[in-house]
Amino acid sequence: MKQLFNFIKKEFHHIFRDYRSMLVLLGLPIVQLLIFGFAITNETKNTNIAILDNAKDETTQQIISKFENSDYFDIEITLKSNDEIEKEFKSGKIKLAVVFQEDFQNELFHSNKAQIQLIADATDPNQATTLVNYASAIIQDYQTDLNSENKLPYQIKTELRMLYNPELKGAYTSVPGVMGMILLLISTMMTSISIVREKELGTMEILLVSPMKPYLVILSKVIPYFVISLINVTTILLLSVHILGMPIQGSTILLIAITIIYIFCALSLGILISTITDSQLAAMLISLLGLMLPVVMLSGYVFPVANMPIILQVISNIVPAKWYIIMVKSVMIKGLGISGIWKEAIILLGMTIFFIIISIKRFKIRLA
Amino acid sequence: MQKEIVIKTDKLTKRFSDFVAVNEITFEVYQGEIFGFLGANGAGKTTAMKMLIGISKPTSGKAAIAGYDIDKNTEEIKKSIGYMSQKFSLYEDLTVKENITLFGGIYGLNDSDIKIKSEALIQKLGLQNEADKLVASLPLGWKQKLAFSIAIFHSPKIVFLDEPTGGVDPITRRQFWDMIYEAAHNGITVFVTTHYMDEAEYCDRVSIMVDGVIEALDSPSQLKQNYNAQSMDEVFLMLARGAKRGD
Repeated sequence: MKQLFNFIKKEFHHIFRDYRSMLVLLGLPIVQLLIFGFAITNETKNTNIAILDNAKDETTQQIISKFENSDYFDIEITLKSNDEIEKEFKSGKIKLAVVFQEDFQNELFHSNKAQIQLIADATDPNQATTLVNYASAIIQDYQTDLNSENKLPYQIKTELRMLYNPELKGAYTSVPGVMGMILLLISTMMTSISIVREKELGTMEILLVSPMKPYLVILSKVIPYFVISLINVTTILLLSVHILGMPIQGSTILLIAITIIYIFCALSLGILISTITDSQLAAMLISLLGLMLPVVMLSGYVFPVANMPIILQVISNIVPAKWYIIMVKSVMIKGLGISGIWKEAIILLGMTIFFIIISIKRFKIRLA
Repeated sequence: MQKEIVIKTDKLTKRFSDFVAVNEITFEVYQGEIFGFLGANGAGKTTAMKMLIGISKPTSGKAAIAGYDIDKNTEEIKKSIGYMSQKFSLYEDLTVKENITLFGGIYGLNDSDIKIKSEALIQKLGLQNEADKLVASLPLGWKQKLAFSIAIFHSPKIVFLDEPTGGVDPITRRQFWDMIYEAAHNGITVFVTTHYMDEAEYCDRVSIMVDGVIEALDSPSQLKQNYNAQSMDEVFLMLARGAKRGD
C-alpha cells in the first residue's frame, strides 16, 4: 500500500514537473471546448448581406425590414442592379444576396407566386446552406403572417421544428464530442506514453527486477490520469453549463458514472497500447491515429453515423467513443435515465473488460 | 577457505526460435567476489544476465541465485539482488533524495531507515548541495555513482551491473571501481559485465563468453598465464577472434 502511494506521488512529480504536458493536460479541454463551442459552430450571426430590390413596393419593404430585424443578418448594402452583385461577392463583403423580382407585390397577390432569389457565397458550403436556411425561414415566416391575415384557404406551410436543440446550439454537439475525445486523449495517450517512457528510459527494467509488483506499477500509472480525467470532466461540465449554456437535463450522477466507465475503458486501452510498443513516439502515433481519428470520424461526433456507408457504420460499432457520446447526449440533452442507455452502457462495460483482460494477458507475456 | 556459492547455473540456455543466444552455460560465483562477465557485443552476456535477474525465462537449464531457484523463487531473488542496467536508470525529473527514497521504499525499507541511510549516502557521495536538485542536473559520473549506490542501498547479497561505466571518464571509472571494491569488501557479491579490459583486470575472476558459450573462466592472472598473454586484452582478442556473430 505504501509502495503504491509512493509511486503515485512519483507519477504526480513526473506530471507536475513537465510544465508543457501539464498545460496540455489541463488546458486542452478548455481550449477545445471553447473552440468547438464558440468558434467552430454552425450558428452564424450578423452576416453581411446585400439586398437588390427590383420592385420597391410595400411587400418587399416589409420582407426587407424582417431581414433587418433579424439577429442573423446585417444589411451591408442595397444594390441597384444585377451587375453589382458579383462585384460585392468578390470583394468578400457579403455572404448572401437577396434579390426581389420586379413587380413583386403584383405577382404575389395576382398570380399567387412571386420570386425571391437567394444567392449565397458557397466557398464555404456549410455556411452557405445555413444562411440560405435562415433566409428561407424569414421569408417563410413573412408568408405565414401574410396568409393568416388574408385567411387564404390553402396555405403552403413548411414547419421547421428542432427537437432538443431548438436554437441549433453548437455546444449540443461539441460538448459530448469533446468529452469523448479529451478523455480518450488524456487517459489513453498519456497512460501509454508514461508506461512506455519507463521502458524507453530503462527504469521499467529496474522496476521489474525489484520486488515491486508489476500490477502496482501499472496501477500507479493509471490513478493519476484517472484523477486528471475527472478534473477535466468537471471543467468541461462546468464550462458547458455556465459558459456555453448547455444544461444537464438528466442525472449528473448517472453522467459521471458512465464517464467513469469510459475513462476505465480509455485507461485500459492505454495500457494495451503500452504493451504493443516500446517507443513513446509509437505510443503517441497509435493513440492519435488509431484512436483519435476514429473518434473524430466514426463516433458520430463530426459526421452522422446514419449517413455513413454500411461498412463504416459497422466499423463504428467498435469505437468506444461512439457509445459514450450516445450516452452523454441521451443523459445530458434528452434527460434520459438508466433505462434509456443501459444497452450502450453494457456494450462499453464489455469493451472495457475485454481491453483489461487483453492487456493483463499481454503484460504477463512481456515479463516472461 | 570455505566459499559460499551465491550464483550457480547448470546448462542455462536461452533460445529465440532458431537462434541460441545463450548455450548451456554452467558456472559458479562465490560470495564477496567480483565476477567479471565478459564478451563481445552479441555474445549473449546481457541475455544471460537477464535470466539471472528474473526478467527473462530460460529455455532450459537451471540456475540458483542466493540459494533460490530462478524458476520458482523469483520474489525471494528480487529481494536479495540489486541491479544497475546499461541505460542510466534513475528518474531524471526527481531529485536525488526523492530517487533514494523511492527505491528504498520499493525494497521495503522503512521510513526511518531510509532517512538515516540516505543522509549517510548523500554525505558519502558529497552530494549535500545537490540533494534537493533534480538528477537531470548532475554530471554523468555522479549519476552513475548515485545509481550504483541506489542499487546496493538495500544491502543486497548480489549486485548485477550491466556495463556500468559506459561513457564515463577514466577518473570517474576509477572512483566507480573503488565503490565496487568497497561493496565487495562489505560482503556484497558483484556480478559485472564490461567491455573495458582494464576493468577485467580488477575482477577476482572473469568469464569470457563467445557466441553464447563460456570459453574461459578463471582469475585474470591465471588466464594470462594459460593463454601466454601480457594483458586481458590479448586474452580476450584471442578468444573473441573465433566469434562468428556479433556486430
